Amino acid sequence: MQLIPCPWCGPREQTEFHYGGQADVAYPDDPAALTDEQWAHFVFFRDNPKGPFAERWFHSAGCRTWFRAVRDTRTYAFLPGSSA
Amino acid sequence: MTADLLAPVHLLDAWRARFEDLTVELAGRHDLAITLAPSTAALAVRVAPGAAAVAEVALGVPLPTRPLAWEPTLRGQSLHLGPDEWLVTDVAATSAAAWEAVTRPALAAVGAAASDVSAQYADLRLQGRAARELLSFGCALDLRPASFGPRTCARTLLGQSGVLLVGHDDGEFQLLVRTSFAGYVAAWLLDAAEEYR
Repeated sequence: MQLIPCPWCGPREQTEFHYGGQADVAYPDDPAALTDEQWAHFVFFRDNPKGPFAERWFHSAGCRTWFRAVRDTRTYAFLPGSSA
Repeated sequence: MTADLLAPVHLLDAWRARFEDLTVELAGRHDLAITLAPSTAALAVRVAPGAAAVAEVALGVPLPTRPLAWEPTLRGQSLHLGPDEWLVTDVAATSAAAWEAVTRPALAAVGAAASDVSAQYADLRLQGRAARELLSFGCALDLRPASFGPRTCARTLLGQSGVLLVGHDDGEFQLLVRTSFAGYVAAWLLDAAEEYR
């Protein structure tokens, strides 16, 4: 089974985690000023790169904290040292 | 009949005889004993980042800083569960609600919180040389002493259930299970022990 490196607990099995989607999606500075299209882009549109992808992960069965990690979408390998 | 005549009964009391039968049956062949420990008063303590040292003073028990470590206190345990989360138990507290009422304002002053979670866990103990192997049938952690030794605790999965696994000095494993999963874990342990019967 895939091991995911939790920055606090260390490597744990994938089943202990929940996926949280793309990392670093900033909340709009002025949400009210956005058009419907811009808001839809913020809410629904995510990158889908072939290669390294920064993601949010939640260690739900362990320390119960969110963290950020970079995973290569081609190989599923987590980049060493990317968890924080 | 008044309430004070009622004796506290372990949540898994109905399983006690089956665990005892298992120990008797395995005697001489495999070193394994599963016992039930009485539940203790417990507080879930959440502390803001960097405030652990002041919270420790307000609480009156040590809060270990190393990840996945626990320390015995004068009357219980202090377990580090997450970056900002500890579980503090007290075997001598007669009223967990009173303990919470005293602790909560003291901790609030330093930006921390305490909640009475005494009814949250059922406490099981696994002793003997086969205990580590039995747990490893359903737990992905490396439970060998080099990586999961005494004074280590970890929340993880055992079978399908989340458990809090605590390593003791004498090689004993303490298994704290959420009450609603306790029956499942008891059944899982007995099923896993079929291997030895």
